[in-house]
Amino acid sequence: MNDTRLTPPPAAEAQPSLLERWRARVEYQGLSLAAVCALVASFLLLGDRLTHAQIAARQQEDRLAVLRQVLPAELYDNNPLRDAYRVEDRELGEVEVYPARQGDLLTAVAFQVSNIGYGGPIVHLVALDARGRVLGVRVLAHKETPGLADKIEAARSDWIKGFDGLSLANTPLEKWKVKKDGGQFDQFAGATITPRAVVKSVLQALQFQVRQAERLGMQPEEVQP
Amino acid sequence: MSSSCAAPASAPAASSPWKYFSSALWDYNVALVQMLALCPALAVTTTATNGLGMGLATTLVLVLTNALISALRHTIAPEVRNPVMIGLIAGVVTLIDMAMNAWTHELYKVLGLFIALIVTNCAVLGRAESFSLKHPVIPSMLDGAGMGLGFTWVLVLIGGIREILGSGTLFAQASSLLGPHFHWLEITVLPGFQGILLAILPPGAFIVLGFLLAGKRVLDRRRAERRVHTHGELIVLQ
Repeated sequence: MNDTRLTPPPAAEAQPSLLERWRARVEYQGLSLAAVCALVASFLLLGDRLTHAQIAARQQEDRLAVLRQVLPAELYDNNPLRDAYRVEDRELGEVEVYPARQGDLLTAVAFQVSNIGYGGPIVHLVALDARGRVLGVRVLAHKETPGLADKIEAARSDWIKGFDGLSLANTPLEKWKVKKDGGQFDQFAGATITPRAVVKSVLQALQFQVRQAERLGMQPEEVQP
Repeated sequence: MSSSCAAPASAPAASSPWKYFSSALWDYNVALVQMLALCPALAVTTTATNGLGMGLATTLVLVLTNALISALRHTIAPEVRNPVMIGLIAGVVTLIDMAMNAWTHELYKVLGLFIALIVTNCAVLGRAESFSLKHPVIPSMLDGAGMGLGFTWVLVLIGGIREILGSGTLFAQASSLLGPHFHWLEITVLPGFQGILLAILPPGAFIVLGFLLAGKRVLDRRRAERRVHTHGELIVLQ
């Protein structure tokens, strides 16, 4: 920043007030800086306490709304969010699984997968039916470039719906790439890293479901060599 | 951050506080004259809607931080003013971020990406440094509002031009920012137009900004010439 000093108020020129004499001392400067930081920090704590529950509730609603987008309503009569359980996986770590059940019959599972995109982690919600086909994929959170790579949001583009119906059985492993890398998925003009991360996430989701088929209680179709 | 923030132009001594507001819209425009805040101005203006959202959020932050710093201006020691101001600005922005996330969640989903970026906006620190530290609270708030709205119209203009050139639409998704009553704003200007990718990419932002700067200078020169003709005054262009 520039070096302009504050011009003292006119009244102070004649007789510096107590505050002004104090202000020039290093103790005052250090303590005032500490006081401002402490004040800001306590306001942030207060703000966090006031908004924490509300934000958590909003995010839960969002997740339920997204869950409804990837899980067709006729597939389940339970509350997948309440029936959620955790699965320990060697590649994806701990995964929270939302099971969709029709009576006692498992019809589909939904769970989150995340991968690093261009601007940070991209969090996806992937729903797979009992035979291992993609029912839907949605991006829950991302920090990709607005206007360029945010076409992964369903609200902005239908690109993400291109995964619907795909499975490891009907799409060979080498096709799970963006076109630039020799696969079958479109990248966006000016943004390749983002769709690459999304494709990788969906593939990981499918492989996770094959690996954990027993734990999830599903029978995926035979994988083509 | 501070190294990228040039010394900002200061508004002239004003006869009425409203002059602070009005001069900030054109004569001392944050983006077009002071050349501050170019990072957010260029980064988010891929659509007019994004520009509008970023501009309005910045305006709110500017008014609040200007008022806060102006109220504390006698207690802030000049030697530690920068860390104090940055702390206050970051605190205000984070509080707004949390409050919007909790209570205006729909709006937050549209603007959420941009709110945190405001902390790094040079204009906020620049106005605190060059204005709020020297002026009372009300003029500081007027200055913040004027600077913010001056920033907003430039962002909307850059965003609009880039959106038309880049994707052939104008104010796409305005209804998610302003509410469903604003569906009429969403116009497809050039139907079936694929768009020039360059306009959406960062160079497009620089090119559009360059044309706006040139355009503003031409308008200012014409205005000054007209004044010379009618009043016979000598006006030196800055």
